[in-house]
Amino acid sequence: MTQFLQQLVNGLSLGSIYALIALGYTMVYGIIKLINFAHGDIYMLGAFVAFYATRYFQLNFFLALIVAMLFCGVLGVVIERIAYKPLRHATRITALITAMGVSYILEYGTQFLAGSDVKTFPEGLLGNLTLELGGVRISMQQIMIFAVTILLMLALTYIVNRTRMGRAMRAVSVDEEAAQLMGISVDRTISFTFLLGSVLAGAAGVLVGVYYNSINPLMGMTPGLKAFIAAVFGGIGIIPGAMIGGLSIGIAETLVIAYGSSLYKDAIVYVILILILIIKPAGLLGKHVKEKV
Amino acid sequence: MAMLEIKDLHVHYGVIHALKGVSMQVEQGEIVALIGANGAGKTTLLHAISAIQKKSGGEILFEGTSLNKANAKKIVEMGITQVPEGRRIFSGLSVYENLLMGAFLRKDKEGIRRDLQNVYERFPILGKRSAQDASTLSGGEQQMLAMGRALMARPKILLLDEPSMGLAPILVKEIFRIIQEINKQGTTILLVEQNARMALAVCDRAYVMETGNIVLSGSGEELSRSEQIQKAYLGG
Repeated sequence: MTQFLQQLVNGLSLGSIYALIALGYTMVYGIIKLINFAHGDIYMLGAFVAFYATRYFQLNFFLALIVAMLFCGVLGVVIERIAYKPLRHATRITALITAMGVSYILEYGTQFLAGSDVKTFPEGLLGNLTLELGGVRISMQQIMIFAVTILLMLALTYIVNRTRMGRAMRAVSVDEEAAQLMGISVDRTISFTFLLGSVLAGAAGVLVGVYYNSINPLMGMTPGLKAFIAAVFGGIGIIPGAMIGGLSIGIAETLVIAYGSSLYKDAIVYVILILILIIKPAGLLGKHVKEKV
Repeated sequence: MAMLEIKDLHVHYGVIHALKGVSMQVEQGEIVALIGANGAGKTTLLHAISAIQKKSGGEILFEGTSLNKANAKKIVEMGITQVPEGRRIFSGLSVYENLLMGAFLRKDKEGIRRDLQNVYERFPILGKRSAQDASTLSGGEQQMLAMGRALMARPKILLLDEPSMGLAPILVKEIFRIIQEINKQGTTILLVEQNARMALAVCDRAYVMETGNIVLSGSGEELSRSEQIQKAYLGG
């Protein structure tokens, strides 16, 4: 039982990371129906910015986190403006291929600038404190992952449900033209969505960097893909779906490592994807919306 | 000076010439109806006014100012609000949130709150369902929501695109009664309708559109009596 709870804690930490990334996928998909394959690389850049901020500028964890989030947020907006906006009315496959191109630029651009070697964060950035609850060990890194994730999700939920820009985001994702008729600027709303999604991905990158203490320019590929699957699992375009999807995928992966074999940790994620696509193609929280005439 | 003046407006969809030099005017305080069959270009004209459809020629003036360079947001700010065809309410947002979207560009919290009360008084059903997902409303309720949402922008002129579409006859009467009431309270109305009989009954003046051209115009009464109109639109 203790072993199981321990794995659950580990799974929740990993799942929180996936959930933070999945939120960006799902929000961007919800508003412009684009699967932003460069999103995993924004997450990678979050980790790199935090690495340089802590190693060379001696910033503490929280400052580095904020710097990385801001950097990624701005980068997300810039990428949308340069790469995706001109393709807004092109076929969806065009934008999708462009997203893959952006992904390669970010991956190999970072490799060119920072080198392809694995980098490690400074020692003791968060201290080595470990909490023990009935035999279950929770590290300071994990506590930080939970705290930051919960805080960001609460903030996001508030922004999306209670603020003017959040309502605009939802309105544009339902009906872009009707939103324009209300005087909503679609361009600004889309930029705002990329900002939010990229900020969350940046935070996830920092958290995973200090958790596993090793980062490299290609680290965004697999978690990016898994987070995308998490978004599909929860129902793409649906914010609570991404949260649930991310946590489920993280827990499933960890349990497979603990009770099966780590060889199957990636396979289980794809098995989940296949199952959901067969059983409930719209995702866990997805529903087929009927139009009223 | 007319409140809204459209001069020789052209719109193309690729090679299709959808509006072929439309000219019309709406005076302050009027209800002007635009009638015509499916595909005549009525909706295209409203989309061009709201700047969600590109114009290929001509000019639209609002209170003497050219709208040629204005974007959709600017046009709402100037006081032109559209209730689109098919209502286009925001599903997934509550009735209350839908109404707030109408006031998106306004900053006067107190005024928004008061206008919300007015909308709830005008459409009591919306007040009762304010927390409900807008997509759960019936067709007639959705039309009321779409109109309430547009009123939240405090428009000087309201563009209504097929407000009676798909509604039961009793609801059609109710919607037209409300349109007249909104007009009496000072909002100018440009009404696009396929239901020519109802539209001609409530309007001050009307234009008849056919394949991208205005082919007839006159007072509602004149047009109701015109033989051509009787044959083509009034079934007799």
